[in-house]
Amino acid sequence: MRHLLSTKTLSQGEALQILDVAEDMAAVSTREVKKLPALRGKTVVNLFFEDSTRTRISFEAAAKRLSADVINFSAKGSSVSKGESLKDTAQTLAAMGADGVVIRHHASGAPHVLAESNWIDAPIVNAGDGTHEHPTQALLDAFTIRRRLFGDRSRGRDLDGVSVVIVGDVMHSRVARSNLWLLQTLGAHVTFVAPATLVPFGAETDWPVGISYDFDQTIRDTRPDVVMMLRIQSERMNAAFFPNAREYSREWGLDDARLASLRPDTIVMHPGPMNRGLEISAGAADSAQSTVLEQVTNGVSIRMAVLYLLMSGDREVQP
Amino acid sequence: MARVVLSQADINRALTRISHEILEWNRGAGDLVILGVPTRGVFLAQRIAAIIQRIEPGAPASLVGALDATMYRDDLGRNVTRTPQPTQIPAGGVDGKTVVLVDDVLYSGRTIRAALDALSDIGRPRVVRLAVLVDRGHRELPIRADFVGKNLPTSTDERINVRLSEVDEVEEVSIESRTMPEQPTAQPTEQPTEPGNGSDEPDGGTR
Repeated sequence: MRHLLSTKTLSQGEALQILDVAEDMAAVSTREVKKLPALRGKTVVNLFFEDSTRTRISFEAAAKRLSADVINFSAKGSSVSKGESLKDTAQTLAAMGADGVVIRHHASGAPHVLAESNWIDAPIVNAGDGTHEHPTQALLDAFTIRRRLFGDRSRGRDLDGVSVVIVGDVMHSRVARSNLWLLQTLGAHVTFVAPATLVPFGAETDWPVGISYDFDQTIRDTRPDVVMMLRIQSERMNAAFFPNAREYSREWGLDDARLASLRPDTIVMHPGPMNRGLEISAGAADSAQSTVLEQVTNGVSIRMAVLYLLMSGDREVQP
Repeated sequence: MARVVLSQADINRALTRISHEILEWNRGAGDLVILGVPTRGVFLAQRIAAIIQRIEPGAPASLVGALDATMYRDDLGRNVTRTPQPTQIPAGGVDGKTVVLVDDVLYSGRTIRAALDALSDIGRPRVVRLAVLVDRGHRELPIRADFVGKNLPTSTDERINVRLSEVDEVEEVSIESRTMPEQPTAQPTEQPTEPGNGSDEPDGGTR
């Protein structure tokens, strides 16, 4: 692995390697000294062209726990707002000696451009690009599922036969896409539940996924192991994808009644930040089935694993 | 071409002797923690712990674990990315304990240096000792084993293969010369001069 740009191109072996290394990283996070010297002397640049608090902080914590130095770069208040191009920004970072770049960008494919160009020679980690992919989120979700299902015997296990229902704005969700590809690679079966207006064009025919417009019926039919709620982005609210928030909440939200209709051991996930009362009720978000906070904790372990696997080792001898 | 220097029975005898030596030196199994360095050190540690639990009635039930040192190595940037192995510390932790690190082959000493660093991030043992199945010499750091299964003077272009039944189809220690065997390199330790006991002193002249 040279970069982590998408989960679609990740093999099962590579995905399991990241998940297993994350197990070791999680063990470090429970120690008194939560630090490893593996990336000492290396510099990680967090290049964030789009607002994000939790992902950036998670990457920052991960890099620091591996003893790397972290430089945070956000588009606001930088030369980007003065019109600097991605190329010039990347070359500036290269000149400063960045050993790894974590990039979030509003344009799908921006991390890919960075990785394919010769502007910068460092490994690139996609931290979310447009509506394309958010691979570390999918990896931490898979890690969370695996830990809930198998506990201490998680190492080396895939998710064969696990049934996952992903509910909400699939069309605009890079989390849903990354999760679909990764969960599929790991052997899980994925069903998207969404208003018809929010199902991506071509998904029904071209993607390895079940599609449903009826949340209640999907719960009855699939008896899912995992229900993953996606955030409804308020900026889409007036784009007429659905009539209003209340109707969305009634049809596709995880309210207390739907929570009660799930199997008692069904895992409830949400990538955050949550709109309580809209796509997920406070009761569901705070229930024992909810993994929202575990996902945040596991995010640091996964990002440590990714940064370690991409940045340690000699790239000249890398296969 | 590989030459067998320790058979399965030899390995068992060496581990039994090391276990006795640890108990003798520690005056029992009190506060003892045996930590294997992955991969094969972990199995050796488990075997030593099992022997100690068999011969020492008061031995604690959880005294064996694993200590991975991958993240602490000084050659991370010089090789392909290494996948770390699990670290597992017995329930009582290592603070104030007597920790015996176990590895299969002691060579440059760099792995043990890394393991010592890893250990100090986990806690502060009262004392740390090192047990190895084979000491092949060529140390690059001031590190020495306290309990040695067999001292094997080697040349740097030879290879020591430790195979254990837990992970390999055979169980033996063999020595392999990577160059053509024009001259029979190190043969002195081949014949079992004094089988078993403490004749193989920890600092048996290979440093």
